[in-house]
Amino acid sequence: MLNKIYDWVDERLDITPMWRDIADHEVPEHVNPAHHFSAFVYCFGGLTFFVTVIQILSGMFLTMYYVPDIKNAWESVFYLQNQVAFGQIVRGMHHWGASLVLVMMFLHTLRVFFQGAYKKPRELNWIVGVLIFFVMLGLGFTGYLLPWDMKALFATKVGLQIAEATPFIGSYVKILLSGHETIVGAQTLTRFFAIHVFFLPGVLFGLMAAHFVMIRRQGISGPL
Amino acid sequence: MSKERVSRRQFLSYTLTGVGGFMAAGMLMPMVRFAVDPVLKAEAGGDFIATPKKVSELTDEPVRVDFTFKQKDAWYESDVTESAWVYKDGDKIIALSPVCKHLGCTVNWNSDKEHPEQFFCPCHYGRYTKDGTNIPGTPPLHPLDVYPYKEKDGFLYLGKAKPRKEA
Repeated sequence: MLNKIYDWVDERLDITPMWRDIADHEVPEHVNPAHHFSAFVYCFGGLTFFVTVIQILSGMFLTMYYVPDIKNAWESVFYLQNQVAFGQIVRGMHHWGASLVLVMMFLHTLRVFFQGAYKKPRELNWIVGVLIFFVMLGLGFTGYLLPWDMKALFATKVGLQIAEATPFIGSYVKILLSGHETIVGAQTLTRFFAIHVFFLPGVLFGLMAAHFVMIRRQGISGPL
Repeated sequence: MSKERVSRRQFLSYTLTGVGGFMAAGMLMPMVRFAVDPVLKAEAGGDFIATPKKVSELTDEPVRVDFTFKQKDAWYESDVTESAWVYKDGDKIIALSPVCKHLGCTVNWNSDKEHPEQFFCPCHYGRYTKDGTNIPGTPPLHPLDVYPYKEKDGFLYLGKAKPRKEA
């Protein structure tokens, strides 16, 4: 049945070459843990991507209940966590996944660094990777405020002061982030929500696409 | 054992699909159940709500009775006011929902000059007789919902409006 549907679409749109470009590629022996167990270090990039997918999915589902408003944010989080079936699980996935993404990304970075895999001709991909790292930190920072509890509020106040410490443009950066000169409140929350849910993920998708296209173009670096 | 030999490639593809599917389901099941929760939430039992209308004041002419109750909408609680068209039919009290069964506008008693003594919906000229029966040839396909009622300390109490079957 599925084969027939696939054939029907393939006959009309010739999708097999596309599928081949995406999924069908050589995995060299030195990166295959079935041959050398130590090759598991090559998994961390893929694991980062996998956890990112979980973050995107769980985040999409959380916005079904979450309200980015200072009166309702905490209440809606409390409700979705305690009254909605599996709310604790879905929010837990997003909460722990946020830390896990950073851990996996850090391990991936260590592997690339210590293997020297960033060297010519892969410098550009290292740079894109570092940009992804900053975007992920931004996602972590903006997401932290959204539950609108005391921890979130004061962590954000600290974070905003760190941003304010930037030379010359610090105070502008801070106002841009918090939406008000002195208050960390209603406008801060909506801004952080927009940044967390629309702007940074948009940037992230672009950077990830560039990251993956470059890997495919250049191939995985050779054995040590 | 069957005669059909399962090739190593087939075996691997089955097990990998199975294990992968199981993991994907484990990931997606909580999220999907989370999303469909409102559909599966048990409906709260209808409590009778006090109205400010004294039963002794009711006549055989329908009057609009507004009543207010506390509504809990997930994390948001508020006072909601709804109304009913109430009259006496002999010993019985008839309390009709003002929600038109066509598309949910609000019906009025006796507001259409050409058709007096009827419930009238201004949106699409839906009409109902005094007992709430929809008049054939007008848009509504069902009679107006009926509130179950109770009398307590002389005041009218209304439950949750129930739909009627007959057309």
